[in-house]
Amino acid sequence: MSVKNSVAGWLDDRLALPTIREVASHKTVPMHRYMVFYYLGGMTLFFFLIQVCTGIMLMLYYHPSANEAFESVEFIMTTVPFGWLIRSIHSWSANLMVFFAFVHMCSVFFLKSYRPPREITWISGVVLLLLLMGFGFSGYLLPWNQLSFFATKVGTDIPGVIPGVGPWMLRFLRGGDRVSSATLSRFYGWHVAILPAITFVFLVIHLALVQMKGMSVPVKAEAESKQRRPFKFFPDFALRDLSGWILALGVLAALAALFPWELGEKADPFAPAYANIRPEWYFIFMFQTLKLVPGGEILGIEYEAIPIVLFGVAGLFLILIPFLDRGAARTGRSPAWSIGGAIAIAAMVILTCFGYSTLVPLYVVMATAVLLLIFAFITRGRKEER
Amino acid sequence: MSNPAQDTGHDSGRGGGSLSRRNLINWFLGTTFGALILSILYPVIRFITPPRVPEASTNQVDAGQTDDPELLQKGFKIIRFGAEPVILLKAAENDYRAFSATCTHLACIVTYEKARTRIYCNCHGGVYDMTGRNVAGPPPRPLAPFKVNLVAKGPGVSSIVVSKA
Repeated sequence: MSVKNSVAGWLDDRLALPTIREVASHKTVPMHRYMVFYYLGGMTLFFFLIQVCTGIMLMLYYHPSANEAFESVEFIMTTVPFGWLIRSIHSWSANLMVFFAFVHMCSVFFLKSYRPPREITWISGVVLLLLLMGFGFSGYLLPWNQLSFFATKVGTDIPGVIPGVGPWMLRFLRGGDRVSSATLSRFYGWHVAILPAITFVFLVIHLALVQMKGMSVPVKAEAESKQRRPFKFFPDFALRDLSGWILALGVLAALAALFPWELGEKADPFAPAYANIRPEWYFIFMFQTLKLVPGGEILGIEYEAIPIVLFGVAGLFLILIPFLDRGAARTGRSPAWSIGGAIAIAAMVILTCFGYSTLVPLYVVMATAVLLLIFAFITRGRKEER
Repeated sequence: MSNPAQDTGHDSGRGGGSLSRRNLINWFLGTTFGALILSILYPVIRFITPPRVPEASTNQVDAGQTDDPELLQKGFKIIRFGAEPVILLKAAENDYRAFSATCTHLACIVTYEKARTRIYCNCHGGVYDMTGRNVAGPPPRPLAPFKVNLVAKGPGVSSIVVSKA
C-alpha cells in the first residue's frame, strides 16, 4: 500500500469521507432554460468570501478611532504595498455583493422559488440581504471621511424619529448623543464582529436549506426539467460556478485597479454637508423619498417618521411574502405578485434615477437583463434527454 | 415532552399529590431559569446603552472678529458652541445672526447660500430663511436662534460673541 493510500485510508476512517463523497456525487442541478439564475447566489457568496479575506487584511492596519481612522486608511492607500488595491477590492466587492444579492432575490421572487417548502430559505435570504446592508452602512463610516460622517449622522438620526423606542435606538447606535469616536468604535464592532457572527449563522441556515431542499424548479420549467437529464453538481456545476467566480474576480480586479475607491476628506463635525452629498446607491431610493416628504406633523408624529416606518413595514412584508402569496403556494403562479414586485422595482429605479439626476441606474438594470440573457444562452447546456 | 395522559396515570398510581408537586418544581425551575436570563440580560442591556456623560455647559463663545476673511468671503462660518455646531451669518453690514447649524430634519450641518440669501441643507434640500424659519423642503422645525453681540475692538473691527438666546 502506498503512503498516499494509507493516509487517505486513515483520513477516511476518521472523517467519514466516503459518505460525504457518496452524498456529494448524488447532488444534481435541474436543467432548464432558467438555470442561469442558479449562479447568482453562488456569485453573492463569492463576493462575500472576498469581503471576509480583504476585510481581515484591512484590519491589520486600520485604527478605529476618530483621531486615527482617516489617517490609517490613508496609510493603507498610500504606504502599505498594494493597500490601495486591497481597499478598492473591499469597496468594489461590497457593492457587487449587494448588487448580486438584489438580483438573486429578484430572480427568486419572480420565479416564486419561495413557495413551500422553501419559505425559511427565503426568510434567511432576506435577513442576509438586510445584514449585507448593515455591513454596508457600518463599513461606510470606518474611513471617517466627510461623506461617511454625514451618512452616519442621517442614518442614525432616522431610527431616532420612530415614536417610542427612537431616542434609545439613536443613542444605542451612536454610542452617545452625537456621531463621535464612540460611534466609530461601535460601528467597527458591528462591522467586524457582531454582523459577521449573525451573518455566519444565517448563511449556514440558508446554505443548509438549499442543500436539503435542492434547487427550486420554476413551475414553467417543470416539464422541461423532467425531460432533460439533470446536471451533476460535482464536478460539472461546481466547475461552471468556478468559471463564473474567475470571471468575477477578473472584473473585480479591473474595477479596483482602474477606478480605485476614493478616500475623500477627513470628517469635520463642524463643517457644512457639501453639495450633492448622498449615500450608497442601494440606499438612494429611501434617501430620495426622505427628500420628497415635506416638514410638518400630524397627531404629534413628524411627517418624516411616516416613510421611515413604512420602509420598516415594507421590510417585514418582504420577509413574510412566502406566507402572504397564497397563489404561489397553491399553484406556483401569482401574476398579481409579479406585477406588484415589478412596480416596486420600477419605483426604486425611478427614485434612484432622480437621486442621481441621471438615467444610469436604468441603463444598469437594462445591461443586467441583457447580460443575464447572454449568460442564459451560454449556460443552457446540451439538450440531453433523460 | 412525554404524553400527559401517561404522566397522570403514572402519578395517580403513586398518590395524587405528585402532579402538583411536579408543577411546583417546574414552576421553580422555570422562574429560576427566567431569573437567570433576566439577571444576564439586564446588565447587558444597560451596558450597551451609552452612559450620559455630562458636557461642560457653554453659555457663550468668542466667534472671532468681524474682519475674519472666511466670514467676509463666504458670508458665514460654522463655529463650535461647546459640542454643538452653530452657523454665524453676516446678513448685512453690522447685521450678524447665529442659529444652530444642525438641520432639524435629519441632523446634517446646514450651509449659507449667499447668492440666494438662504440657509440650505445639502443632505435633503431643506431651506430656511434668514430668520432660521423652515420655509421649504423636509425640515419640520425652525433652527434654534443664538444671540450675537459685537464688542468694538478698534476702528471698524469688532469681536463677535455668540451666546445662548
